[in-house]
Amino acid sequence: MTEEHVHKNGLLKPNRPVGIIGYGAYVPRYRLPGAEVARIWTGGTGGSPVKEKSVPGLDEDVITMSIEAARNALARAGIDPFELRAVWVGSESHPYAVKPTGTIVAEAIGATPAVSAADWEFACKAGTEAFTAAMGLVGSKMANYALAIGMDTAQGRPGDALEYTAAAGGAAYILGPAEEALAVVDSAYSYVSDTPDFFRRAEQKYPEHGQRFTGEPAYFTHITSAARAMLDLTGAAPEDFTFAVFHQPNAKFPQRAASLLGFKPEQITAGLLSPVIGNTYAGAALIGLSAVLDIAKPGDRILVVSFGSGAGSDAFDIRVTDKITERQKKAPTTQDYIARRTPIDYGTYVRIRGNLALK
Amino acid sequence: MEIPRHWRLKKQRYGLVGEVCPHCDAKIFPPRDVCPHCGGEAKTAFNFSGRGEVYSYTVMHDAPAGFDQNTPYAVALVKLEEGPVVTAQLTDLGEEQPRIGMPVEMVTRKIREDANERGMLIYGYKFRPVLR
Amino acid sequence: MRDVVIAGIGQIPVGEHWDLSLRTMAARAMLAAIKDGGGMKPQAMYIGNFLSPVLSHQENLGALLTDNAGLTGIEAFTVEAAGASGGAALRVGVNAVASGFIDCALVLGVEKITDMVGSEVEAAVAQSSDYDYEAMTGLSSAGQAALLMQRYLYEYNPPREAFGEFALIAHANGANNPNAFFRKAISREAYASAGMVSDPVNMFDMGPYADGAAAVLLTARDTAPKDLPHPLVRVSGSSVVIDTLALHDRPNPLAFDAACQSVERACSQAGIMPGDVDLFEVCDAFSIYALLSLEAAGLARHGEGWKMAVNGELSINGKLPILTMGGCKARGNPLGAVGVYQAVEAVQQLRGQAGRNQVKDARRALIQSLGGPASTAAAHILERLD
Repeated sequence: MTEEHVHKNGLLKPNRPVGIIGYGAYVPRYRLPGAEVARIWTGGTGGSPVKEKSVPGLDEDVITMSIEAARNALARAGIDPFELRAVWVGSESHPYAVKPTGTIVAEAIGATPAVSAADWEFACKAGTEAFTAAMGLVGSKMANYALAIGMDTAQGRPGDALEYTAAAGGAAYILGPAEEALAVVDSAYSYVSDTPDFFRRAEQKYPEHGQRFTGEPAYFTHITSAARAMLDLTGAAPEDFTFAVFHQPNAKFPQRAASLLGFKPEQITAGLLSPVIGNTYAGAALIGLSAVLDIAKPGDRILVVSFGSGAGSDAFDIRVTDKITERQKKAPTTQDYIARRTPIDYGTYVRIRGNLALK
Repeated sequence: MEIPRHWRLKKQRYGLVGEVCPHCDAKIFPPRDVCPHCGGEAKTAFNFSGRGEVYSYTVMHDAPAGFDQNTPYAVALVKLEEGPVVTAQLTDLGEEQPRIGMPVEMVTRKIREDANERGMLIYGYKFRPVLR
Repeated sequence: MRDVVIAGIGQIPVGEHWDLSLRTMAARAMLAAIKDGGGMKPQAMYIGNFLSPVLSHQENLGALLTDNAGLTGIEAFTVEAAGASGGAALRVGVNAVASGFIDCALVLGVEKITDMVGSEVEAAVAQSSDYDYEAMTGLSSAGQAALLMQRYLYEYNPPREAFGEFALIAHANGANNPNAFFRKAISREAYASAGMVSDPVNMFDMGPYADGAAAVLLTARDTAPKDLPHPLVRVSGSSVVIDTLALHDRPNPLAFDAACQSVERACSQAGIMPGDVDLFEVCDAFSIYALLSLEAAGLARHGEGWKMAVNGELSINGKLPILTMGGCKARGNPLGAVGVYQAVEAVQQLRGQAGRNQVKDARRALIQSLGGPASTAAAHILERLD
């Protein structure tokens, strides 16, 4: 098989048209300014890759944050939770190593018991994996509605570069038939390779960087390959999209990816949240999309490309429908959460992230 | 560890599921076996909206075991819009001071670990200032 | 129904008894009460205890404590009603003797707290609330009191420092009680600067949990020894009333309905009005409880009970002395033993044995212990017989 053949058949297109019928974001209230991390670890010298990052409260984790995002998505979808056939949560910070986040979320939103519930793991693109699978479940007519969530409470080793950015947040999406959708997801494209840019072994608390693989051959290769394939296969050009969202581990990478692909800054501004909330890992691309949907108008076209270490990217071609307008206001917007903001110092951060040895 | 006792309360705790009395239509939370208003048997599940206001509150400094790593934290009596009053923690106050009459809404949060770091995580309702 | 009298009393000082076990504390109070009652041998013992199963890992106290004190073979068991356990045990003892089934009963209140400390004790005491729906929110007993106090401050707007008067009265009286945990008067300044336990309840709004054991020997008026060196005290009213367990289930949490009804019923049996008593051993586990109990008993209008404290009416020489031997605040709060300590202290007053805290011409006393925020209320009227 030629590479071209693989490429041509690479588009993931559902048998029946599917779309987003409800979505909901969540960002916790606390913010750690990059300057605080610098104050502790560099004596205040050197910059920070983001202005500040979101930090979960003492009583928050991926389960509680997923529940709130899911409730927001249900409020916008206007369906009975009993109609959901899947509750899938993508994260790299599931509270349990063994025991699904999905069952607890499903129980809390009232979707049990006739529902598939599972947790997805693919570093920062676990959320878009769940999203792709939900497209398949609905697109194959196995189900009418499926909930996919990308959510994280990312941890960086104290003093590590990641500590500036590793943040908390994400978004939930209910996929359903295109005719009920506020945005139709025409197709997806997934591009993966075995690239050890970043990983965490099973019993380790903090992840490791794979040498200096982060930018190349990891992030840029996978993001641009997936995006170019999607553009090729759909015959679209960057200017055909009103908005684009690229995985956002910091402020710079998504801007550079946009520029490499020929997208203009104004196309990515609405979804570029990392400067003010940091890197929400499995939530990052999906919460960028939720911020875009909050302001999108009927007819807008959106390109979303996630990235997960290990490594891979998922690209989605999304068209907004006229149902968007009435559903936008049915739940708090992404910016409502971002505006709800309490800055904390490093000491408070260490305490509420559970990094103080109390026993 | 007390897994069964927490497990059996999951619906009440995660989603504020109480009861509506089939005889007198009173909304009941926490669930009871006998309606406190009419004395009939109460068994029909009812989903509370989660909206209410603070009736009274305290800020806990000396906490019981299991909660002592979270001090200070606020606990309130919250009067739900459907009528019942529920005891719950207030969360996400940020710099806001709790006050009587404060409008609040239910969120599902981590309550505590069951026994220790090896035990299950117990989730349940708390209330926060209304987001918008 | 026979008249029930208290023939003997016994107590150990309330405090941190690192060197005394639960059984030894109990035995000292039991043997003292029997001796004080002229050596009558009890046929039964009713034990007020709240936390032994948790803090001492010990149940079956009836067997343990009678066995240890050489009373094997009698009837004995625990009566549990949280902080009202002692009052409830007294109620059971009064019923047993009044009915004629038992001629002589020992009522023991005992609590061993200091084998554990800190948050473990808070968690144990919180078991007096609804565990699933109150304690599981992280609310402690002090937290329950704080919810009431905050609401009281909101509804009635009393001066915040008025609550401190209850601590001042308790400490002033505790200073003269050799069995009190704290024997030192405190100042208003000390109250004002006390650290918060559960805002707005500060350290002085709360009685310290401490070890204690107290006992009374009950018998019928006609079976009591004739040659006792002290007067008998008759139990002329006895009542236990419950309210909803959880505060959140009460239409008006500040009403303290069970406290109100238990006083009404006990007074009605005694044929008196609450205002007819010479002293009131009120439950001051928290200052707000003392305040709400005064109002519930009808001794002050709702929202105005604090004025009695501010005006000096509740001091030893006032119109209605309370906490005459220090109350929970200064004598200490041995939880399940409180109701029996109150009975012992009231008997001291009625016999004229209260020393520097003697209430002049005291002939009739009201005692009331509470389990939780008056979820259970036990009230008794004690009267001196001449």
